[in-house]
Amino acid sequence: MSGAPDFVSTAMTSTLTDPLPMRRADGVWRSAWRRFRRDRAGMVALAIVLAYALLIACTGSGLLARHWQDEVGVPDAPPSFLGAAAPDLPGAAVPASPAASVAANVDISDVDPLAPRYKEWNERAAQYHAQSKPIAATLPFGGDRLGRDVLSKALKGTQISVSVGLLAAIVATLIGASLGALGGFFGGWAGDIVEWLYNVVTSVPEILLFFAFAAVFGRGISTLVLIMGLTGWTGQYRQVRAEFIKHSRRDYVRAAEAIGASAGARMFRHILPNVSHVILVRMSLLVVNFIKAEVILSYLGLGVATDQVSWGTMLLESQSDLILGHWWQLAAATISMAVFVTAFSLMADAWRDALDPKLRGQR
Amino acid sequence: MTALLKVENLQVAFRLHDNDGRSRRVEAVGRGEHGISFDVPANTTVALVGESGSGKSVTAMALVQLLPRNAECSGRVLWRGDDLLRASRAHMQRLRGHEIACVFQDPMSSLNPVLTIGEQIAEPLRKHLLVGRAAARTRAEALLAEVGIPEPKRRLDMYPHQLSGGQQQRVMIAMALACEPQLLIADEPTTALDVTIQRQILELLARLQAQRGLSMLFISHDLGVVGEIAQQVVVMRQGTVRERGTVVELFADPKDAYTKALLACRPRLAERPRRLTVIDDVLADEASGMALPLAMRVPEPDSNPRRADDDDPVVLQVDGLSKSFWLRSGLLGRSEFKAVQDVRFTLRRGHTLGVVGESGSGKTTMGLTLLRLHDAASGPLAGRVLFHGHDLLALAPADRLAMRRRIQIVFQNPYEALNPRFTIGQTLVEPMTIHGIGMDAPSRERRARDWLLRVGLDPEAMHKYPHEFSGGQRQRIAIARSLTLSPDVLVLDEAVAALDVSVQAQVLNLLKDLQDELGLAYIFISHDLAVVRFMADDVMVMKDGRVVEHRRTETLLAHPQEEYTRRLIGAVAQGPASPSPSPAKA
Repeated sequence: MSGAPDFVSTAMTSTLTDPLPMRRADGVWRSAWRRFRRDRAGMVALAIVLAYALLIACTGSGLLARHWQDEVGVPDAPPSFLGAAAPDLPGAAVPASPAASVAANVDISDVDPLAPRYKEWNERAAQYHAQSKPIAATLPFGGDRLGRDVLSKALKGTQISVSVGLLAAIVATLIGASLGALGGFFGGWAGDIVEWLYNVVTSVPEILLFFAFAAVFGRGISTLVLIMGLTGWTGQYRQVRAEFIKHSRRDYVRAAEAIGASAGARMFRHILPNVSHVILVRMSLLVVNFIKAEVILSYLGLGVATDQVSWGTMLLESQSDLILGHWWQLAAATISMAVFVTAFSLMADAWRDALDPKLRGQR
Repeated sequence: MTALLKVENLQVAFRLHDNDGRSRRVEAVGRGEHGISFDVPANTTVALVGESGSGKSVTAMALVQLLPRNAECSGRVLWRGDDLLRASRAHMQRLRGHEIACVFQDPMSSLNPVLTIGEQIAEPLRKHLLVGRAAARTRAEALLAEVGIPEPKRRLDMYPHQLSGGQQQRVMIAMALACEPQLLIADEPTTALDVTIQRQILELLARLQAQRGLSMLFISHDLGVVGEIAQQVVVMRQGTVRERGTVVELFADPKDAYTKALLACRPRLAERPRRLTVIDDVLADEASGMALPLAMRVPEPDSNPRRADDDDPVVLQVDGLSKSFWLRSGLLGRSEFKAVQDVRFTLRRGHTLGVVGESGSGKTTMGLTLLRLHDAASGPLAGRVLFHGHDLLALAPADRLAMRRRIQIVFQNPYEALNPRFTIGQTLVEPMTIHGIGMDAPSRERRARDWLLRVGLDPEAMHKYPHEFSGGQRQRIAIARSLTLSPDVLVLDEAVAALDVSVQAQVLNLLKDLQDELGLAYIFISHDLAVVRFMADDVMVMKDGRVVEHRRTETLLAHPQEEYTRRLIGAVAQGPASPSPSPAKA
């Protein structure tokens, strides 16, 4: 027998309402923040996400990793904590030989027709000096095939990957939430049309859609955002639609209609704030998904342009690095991605718990 | 007579976490040092009566140890000598369903929708009595016959959704009785059911109790129901026992002020007081030692100064109102479901029209149709609604907004009707902004404050959110919101059904005062004839979308013409045979 006695809520409401405190009520968001603060895992996750945000702000403004494309180390420079690579590489012994061969040469300046000009040329050549920077044998977290600093690449890649994920999630949320609100609130033929669109989009395998859009739009960040936004709105749509169907039949919306509130006012002033937590949480899950999708797309060669770096392109490069035993590029990309994605998911989870009015007071 | 169950100084508290992360204890049963004590003797029905938050359900769940994990119990619960609070989990499992059985409020959610009735009744039999499959089925069939379900053999293979609410509750009772328990705990078993069904279930429980010599612990908020079924009553309030006694004593001569007030504030079929007694007033007077005899406080019936006058101007005239809904059938086809058919009535200024009927009778649809709160695509609408001479159903959408102002609605569930993310101030100011009432925002806010005062709330409430208010307070806010538009007609759709009796009395009084003051016309939709009796001048009885009977309240109650009306009147719980027998008993 599984009756659902509601005495717990009764006991709670009675104690909540009995002494009616005369202070101003906390808004929904403020009280959600207070509940969020109690969640220790959520707070740690939030701190990590904020740290990433700070890093991204720094790289975005050029304070950090501006010169990620410079070849500052020897190719495949190992991380500093491992020490320089062993000198048994084939290229290491080459520079000694030219001097020896010059000394052994016979003087042929008498018969050389160009001989009188050598001096002049040497003087002119001396006017140019090739600015060759000293090339480091090791880099803080190693270098890639071209000797670029993996750490700077990871920083820059974080900026690109996260901003792609975030922007795409915003696009998908805008599409999904507005279609969902439309379909859920009005229903009828408007709802049917949106539902057909949804069915068409979901009936095509996602990766094929990615390929199709990428083939049309070409490569680049804006393409990625567009592709993922245009294909990823379906989950958001379903959930927002369901929420709107549920809420549009609730008495407070009917009451708003009775006082003469227009359809728009009911949708956006009354219902939207009540489902905003659902949208927000769904959006943060989308961010995580899109970051992973970007990695896959870049790995497949459909992602960011060749002069840009993202976690995905780093993973793609590290495939060939790995054969040579150069693991650091793979490690840098995966660690920075894993930490961010985990922290972001945990944070989204904590927000869901904090914002859901149904869970209030039960924890 | 020895007590089957003895509750001694029982206390229950819940550990809750508040927003700041501190945990606190909330006392649900018992206050301070004092817990509650009562006995359930063999072959007796004991009722626990109280309003919400009184701790009656928590008490019952504590007896069978079905409380959530954050509950702390102390005291003693002696079941034939064993202390149940200290019993092992295995022992409790053997006891529950076997010796002590429970029936809950909502049969729809208490039955498992994916198992057949037969399987569900057989489960306790096979588990506790170790009966074989075939034998269990035979027993289940006999039980179904005993609780009055026709064609029991066929019903065994049905699923819960194929039965009506009343039949589902009968199945729940059959399940509870399967192992022949000595104690049946019934937690508001009739509250979720229609009035006429309620009556049948009560009669069934009373019959089974007498036939089988059971003890029953009957939990209810309704003193009328309790008066009819119980032999002994325990009145609870805020976790404490206010009074104990036999039903006859308690109803004839209540000792406790709260019990007196609770008895007095119920609207009755037999009389129509000017105002209802309000519990808080009685308790306050009692405390200050100025208690008047209750009889002096409640004016004589029909000393009502405001007589509904037939010369009052007509506000609303409804003629042949019909509303249907399209139901999908097949792939593209649709069939018509007639929810309201050919309703006609005239409503005058300051009058109240009561609309009664069971669920599904179309009374709520009728109310919503008057306000045109149905989607036009949902189904055809016919008839005329003349409001000050304009046909509301023929109005262009642009004119509708102006008319909408004049008819307002208050919904049943005060927990649903207010937007949880709006402050009370926003809720009250919004309608005025939409209709351009008041010059500017500050003047609208001033008006909103005035309305809050008028409905008996502190204007400080402006800055709070709905969750900070109790049910009664929220209903006052909902009423204030409709009144901000100065309507002529207010549709009250079961507006007091979700409220406790004491709060219900306050809200009903408020509605009467507002009607006298503002000359409002009410359409009062309710399933409770006693409340309608208190409020309405005329009553319209609806059944299956049609008006069955429509007459003056007094005439209708005294001489009901239709069988259905008589059934409805007979279903109103009156308490034990009262000193002044009402016409309903006829």
